[in-house]
Amino acid sequence: MLTTETKNEILAELAHSETNRMACIESLKIAQRQSGWVSDEELCEVAQLLGLTPDEVDGVATFYNLIRRRPVGRHVILLCASVSCWVMGYAALRAGLAQTLGVEPGQTTPDGRFTVLENQCLGACDHAPVLMIDNDLYRDVDAEKLGDILARYA
Amino acid sequence: MPTLYIDDKPHTVGDGLNLLEACLSLGFNVPYFCWHPALGSVGACRQCAVKSFQNEQDKRGRIVMACMTAASEGTRISLDDPEVKSFRAGVIEWLMTSHPHDCPVCDEGGECHLQDMTVMCGHNYRDYRFPKRTHRNQNLGPFINHEMNRCIQCYRCVRYYRDYAGGRDFDAQGSNSRVYFGRHQDGALESEFSGNLVEVCPTGVFTDKTQKSHYTRRWDLQTAPSICVHCGAGCNITPGERYGTLRRIRNRYNGEVNGYFLCDRGRYGYEFVNGGHRARVAMRRAEPGSLVPTAKPLALPRIGSLLAGGARCIGIGSPRASLESNYALRKLVGAENFFAGVTAAHQSLTELTVHLLERGPAQTPSMREMAQADAVLVLGEDLTNTAPRIALALRQSVLNAPMKAAASMGIPDWNDGALRVVLQDQKGPFFIAAPDATRLDDIATETFRAAPDDIARLGFSVAHLLDPKAPEVPGLDENTRQLADRIAKTLAAAERPLVVSGPSLGSASVLSAAAAVANALSTETRRAGLSLTAPECNTLGAGLLGGGTLEEAERALSEGGAELVIILENDLYRRADHVFVDKLLGAAKQVILIDHTLNRTASHADYFLPAATFAEGDGTLVNSEGRGQRCIQVFMPTGDVQESWRWLRDLGAAAGKWPQTEWENIDVIVADIAAAFPMLKGVRDAAPLASFRIAGFKIPRQSHRYSGRTAMRAKMDVSEPGIPTDPDSPLTFSMEGFAGPAPASLASFFWAPGWNSVQSINKFQEEIGGALMGGDPGVRLIAPELEPGRAEYPGAIPEAFAPRPGKWMVVPMYHIHGSDEMSMLSAAVAERAPAPHIALSPEDAQLLGLGEGEMAELNIDGEILVLQVAVHAALPKGVAGLPAGLPGMEPVEIPAWGAVARRVGS
Ligand code: SF4
Ligand code: SF4
Ligand code: FES
Repeated sequence: MLTTETKNEILAELAHSETNRMACIESLKIAQRQSGWVSDEELCEVAQLLGLTPDEVDGVATFYNLIRRRPVGRHVILLCASVSCWVMGYAALRAGLAQTLGVEPGQTTPDGRFTVLENQCLGACDHAPVLMIDNDLYRDVDAEKLGDILARYA
Repeated sequence: MPTLYIDDKPHTVGDGLNLLEACLSLGFNVPYFCWHPALGSVGACRQCAVKSFQNEQDKRGRIVMACMTAASEGTRISLDDPEVKSFRAGVIEWLMTSHPHDCPVCDEGGECHLQDMTVMCGHNYRDYRFPKRTHRNQNLGPFINHEMNRCIQCYRCVRYYRDYAGGRDFDAQGSNSRVYFGRHQDGALESEFSGNLVEVCPTGVFTDKTQKSHYTRRWDLQTAPSICVHCGAGCNITPGERYGTLRRIRNRYNGEVNGYFLCDRGRYGYEFVNGGHRARVAMRRAEPGSLVPTAKPLALPRIGSLLAGGARCIGIGSPRASLESNYALRKLVGAENFFAGVTAAHQSLTELTVHLLERGPAQTPSMREMAQADAVLVLGEDLTNTAPRIALALRQSVLNAPMKAAASMGIPDWNDGALRVVLQDQKGPFFIAAPDATRLDDIATETFRAAPDDIARLGFSVAHLLDPKAPEVPGLDENTRQLADRIAKTLAAAERPLVVSGPSLGSASVLSAAAAVANALSTETRRAGLSLTAPECNTLGAGLLGGGTLEEAERALSEGGAELVIILENDLYRRADHVFVDKLLGAAKQVILIDHTLNRTASHADYFLPAATFAEGDGTLVNSEGRGQRCIQVFMPTGDVQESWRWLRDLGAAAGKWPQTEWENIDVIVADIAAAFPMLKGVRDAAPLASFRIAGFKIPRQSHRYSGRTAMRAKMDVSEPGIPTDPDSPLTFSMEGFAGPAPASLASFFWAPGWNSVQSINKFQEEIGGALMGGDPGVRLIAPELEPGRAEYPGAIPEAFAPRPGKWMVVPMYHIHGSDEMSMLSAAVAERAPAPHIALSPEDAQLLGLGEGEMAELNIDGEILVLQVAVHAALPKGVAGLPAGLPGMEPVEIPAWGAVARRVGS
């Protein structure tokens, strides 16, 4: 369920959008802040606030990979899988994550601490390989640094 | 008329086309997916690639998308260039990497555009050896089957469903290789036009669910050109039969009428033809209420002697029976004994409709013309529910005004992608005045919700503002006057203004007001259109023949000495309350009913003669445009079933009124009609004569691939039966006959080599999306008599609506799924119908202490109905709505004042 605060934020967003469709992406991002993902129920609430149908909002939500329609852990790790990172050691990072956390991309650790997702390009190719945890970008990462980085997230 | 050079040969094509349309119009085979003649181009699939050259010297050229390139003067292209051919083969190869190749179990197989295009591009072997993406399918309700794995991502479905039909409960989901076309959750598609997805989707993602329950391959169907019988719009259809049952209805292109699309009632309402309510042998009454089969040779002389016995016999016709059948009944009983089969209230509305259309000066437009209107006023109709296909046509009209601006920016009308970006939410003027919300409100510039009398007053005041000769509306409130002013100014400024109305509110004032507006717009030219809906498939045809009312029929029986009544395809219990109908039927010594379906009236019949449905016989129907159109028999019925007009011919012969040889085929009776009714002279041109032949051959109703001909009856008889004769049309019940392409008006199905899908229609049009070759079938029977500027303004202006304490103005509300008698016998349609209810405004519901779903008692003139309450936010105070024609609801004469109260004890 969306909190009143979230709803108000969405309505404020709507107020300065030219059309209600325009407010859709931003509203979904606002809704997602509550629990890291957007449930069916919340999606329908967003639709109602915007005067759109759930089908329309879901079309937007499922188009963007950063809007999540399934539950995630407390922290989301975005592992860059695009060409530069792939060349510079994505595979080792992925293996490192699998070894440390015991999960593959798309999965959440049993304790609900991390969800690992692949992402196509985080925009830092000159420092590949990169990954991002929540809003923090980590550049030139290698398997050895992983432990330290992960330890920062409870 | 630009000249194009296609592979170095010059061709002249129409103005303003894109290269794809131009090439297809010229008869070339160019493969395509995302382009659709009604939807325009978006350039999404890359399948229609051609090579374009700058000039004669340019030998390299470049690949362009035909659908996205204008066919302008001097354009040089190649379709056969090896590079572009291999490009097209590559495109389809990619598309097929995620296609399951499950044609043998796919309902689309054999009429699939994807199959056709794959073959056309020469992609004959597949090399892709990797896993394919798979999807979960959704339950989309009773009409449509969903099989997403077959999708090739052409986006036609969303473009049709959302942009064209205005549906919002369906969208593209996901992205890249996971893109999915469906709903947020499982559930019936809400659009009244969802069935067109079956024909719009070039693959087997969306297929006809009703057909699935008695599936037959396209090439095994017996088909013929026919007309939808489920409302007065008169859409053209191609019904398909196998083993004596109707398997499906497909759209049949008619450029002036329904174009590429049908509504869901028309597509899925057909099962009444197969249903358990049919009777296929003649029957007579054994004891009260029970009919037993009787031999036709016994029944006919018995009824014949009754008719010859000297007693007065009356006939009750029907707006759902053909022109021929109504005429035959009238001829048999005599004009003074012929009654049109509806109550006085309905008959007077039909007569008024006919009168308004005949007088003019405004002209009634075809659906194609309606879609071209640039300003529309809808007066009193919820069109999506009363004349659905017209609503879909009007939905397109709101693009016309903003499209003019787009044209000035150099965007051609076929460039749908660019147009939608430029237009965004801009819509041309569209005004709706109706008592409740309608399904076109989302495109409306302004809506006006009011009681019928106030709707009429709005119309009359618009007319007066347009032409001071039209009477002024006394005592108009300021808001309405201002709205009238805005409407009048907008309509006056339009090039092709259109007024749409109809009899659904049961208000003559609304009809007259609509005509007044259209006529006031026709002071100089006939630029304004006036379209009046018709509730049933032959309302206008029956209206043109005239006849008395049901009340008069009852009096003829109870007081006028009439003893016999012949009822034609009419369940009187749907026309009036049972007390009246009981009295009418009770006053007759003998009741003879000719119908295809056993209904409540049948339980009072002394004789029941089984009539042919539209699929089993020939007949002419007149739609709301005044267009006479022919239903050609699709298949031979079993038992005694024959057209009602043939039964009436037989009865007349048995009574000694005419020889057995009377009306040997439909052309003879049609000629009789034309001679008897000068107005209907044109009806002879509704279809080619039965004697029409091509090179001496008839036209086959079965495809050359029709299978199992010698086996399908083998369990009954190993010898193949002879081909039944068809005296009424140039078609034959066979796969033999003229092997070449038949004239478009007669082709039993559209097919051309390499074109097995619905899109084969390309090969039968004069220009893509234009008229069928040889002209669109049907003949306009009504032309306005009055010259522009000679408008008459009949019809009294009603008083303003004044709510009465404790009373409600009860108006009929139509439902696409629910209000039509025959389609409700289809399980799929019935599933989508509402339950009986009474609609109240929120204020009134509150006043009565009634909530949604609670039980109320409605009392109209002592007639008491117990109904669930439905709260309709848009209804004005003092007005209540009652669903029209729902099975299980006693018909009451509305509009009328009624009292509503909470049901005692609830
Ligand atoms: S479902 Fe059909 S119409 Fe829709 S994108 Fe897929 S193939 Fe095209
Ligand atoms: S609009 Fe009327 S005539 Fe056309 S398909 Fe629907 S029910 Fe049939
Ligand atoms: S038909 Fe031209 S790109 Fe799809």
